[in-house]
Amino acid sequence: MIKIRNLTKKYESLAVVDNINLEIEKGEIFGLLGPNGAGKTTVIHMLATLLKPTSGTAIVNGYDIITEPGKVRSSIGIVFQAPSSDDMLTGYENLKIHAFLYSVPSYEREKRIQSVLELVGLADRQNDEVKKYSGGMRRRLEIARGLLHKPKVMFLDEPTLGLDPSSREMMWEYIQKLVKEEDMTFILTTHYMEEADHLCNRIGIIDQGKIIALDTPANLKKIIGGDIVKIKPKSYPNLENLKKLIYIRKIELINGEIIMYVDNARTNMPDILLHLEAEYVEFRSPDLNDVFLKLASKNLKESVEGGFMERYAQYGK
Amino acid sequence: MLSMESNITIFEKLYALWLREFKVFLRERSRLVASTFTPLLWLFVIGIGFGSVATLPTGSTIGYQKFIFPGIICMSIIFTSVFFGSYVIWDRKFDFLKSVMVAPVGRGTIFVGKALGGMTSSLIQSAILLLIGVLIGITYSPLGVIEVIAIVLLLSFTLTSLGLAIGSYMQSLEGFQLIVSFVVFPLFFLSGALFPLDKLPPWLMVITSIDPATYAVDAMRTVVLDIGSKPFAFDMVIVLVYAISLGAIGAYSFGRMKAV
Repeated sequence: MIKIRNLTKKYESLAVVDNINLEIEKGEIFGLLGPNGAGKTTVIHMLATLLKPTSGTAIVNGYDIITEPGKVRSSIGIVFQAPSSDDMLTGYENLKIHAFLYSVPSYEREKRIQSVLELVGLADRQNDEVKKYSGGMRRRLEIARGLLHKPKVMFLDEPTLGLDPSSREMMWEYIQKLVKEEDMTFILTTHYMEEADHLCNRIGIIDQGKIIALDTPANLKKIIGGDIVKIKPKSYPNLENLKKLIYIRKIELINGEIIMYVDNARTNMPDILLHLEAEYVEFRSPDLNDVFLKLASKNLKESVEGGFMERYAQYGK
Repeated sequence: MLSMESNITIFEKLYALWLREFKVFLRERSRLVASTFTPLLWLFVIGIGFGSVATLPTGSTIGYQKFIFPGIICMSIIFTSVFFGSYVIWDRKFDFLKSVMVAPVGRGTIFVGKALGGMTSSLIQSAILLLIGVLIGITYSPLGVIEVIAIVLLLSFTLTSLGLAIGSYMQSLEGFQLIVSFVVFPLFFLSGALFPLDKLPPWLMVITSIDPATYAVDAMRTVVLDIGSKPFAFDMVIVLVYAISLGAIGAYSFGRMKAV
């Protein structure tokens, strides 16, 4: 459905998107994950023909983004990071204008507008001006607009940024419903790890313009190797005994806490506790945050300040 | 760009783009009130005030207020049309422009749709002023009304194109307003809207002759007061040439405008 070939975007000498190669299958929900400024939006803008690549190209729905931008535009829908509807107009009017712009045939125009409004639950508010909508409603209107012309591919740039948890879950439901019912392909960017985990079949983690990992959420989490166990020991522990345990993959002492990566922490925990006296114990399954932090830690060494990584570590926690 | 799309869909797209401009215009009443108020101030305060001291060429039986009436209509078109370019910057700020640019619509079509919106604003304002003209004793023939509409549409397309071209290059509203104030005041003052041009020193006459509004004012004066200095057709052809040139510049500017 989408083939990205050596896609690169440079501003001056800085490569914001650095030689990306990627293939996305029909019916996939593909997540581009990474911190702010990683190049996610730039990739989306290039695929949507809004931005010319410095080099490389991509084929979207069979059309080349450089030589056939008009055909690409007809076959894609896009929801931008910031809502882009005209807030002086009603929801219905915004959709009507876009139905014309996308040449939705006249006999289907009204029907389609009403059906997308139903889908996103805005039918009863369609005659209100968009400025009276809440943030979540505006997002849903954007999705409705993106769907009007029945695109084969839908780009969502941070679809849930700034939404409250219940609106976010509603958004996830719409997306899953569309993939099932309309057989659409979704490419979304997000920096919410749990969003990518919940929604995406496959994830590309992008950092400093490069894809640093590409796999299913489950496989990515295997990179961490086991569950994460944190123990505060009562006295200074003898780590040598613990290191002998076969199910402990890695062990670190950080700020007086023992951090371990353990296979099957639930069943092995009692055994671990035979080897030391604990003040408290915490354990959890790895999430994509851990994956990202682990993968990005190579780059972290390069940036002395590490400002964004620290901010990053707070996301979703 | 225009040729990429079939004729029917182009008209539908133009209609959609125009419809959006028109609805916004109708909902922003303050815009209409504010832009009608200034011409009235000129017509009734300057018109009557200067009317008490200004002497028009001998033999003219028309008072100063009536004399500047066609010029004031053109003034309203100049200001409305050029400032209409600021809506490109608004559209970009609120990302609406991005949503139009990602749609399968040619840049030339987007430009013309926007220009149609600006022309509509000018036309409605001119209609209000024409009605107010009746109060100061102006009369129109049916043909005259059609000719006035033609002048309004032609001049407003010319100047909306200019405003949109400038707007497409500007990032901030403040910058736009600064640049545009250097454009609209000369356009207005040099157009002969407020005084007859035939008694001016030659150097000033040369400058007035490059102002497209000069020809629109003269044509309007011919139609409304029958005191134009050049033939109606001549004035119209000159404005048409400006319309085509600035329209081309506007479409070109939209073509090279960055989407993001």
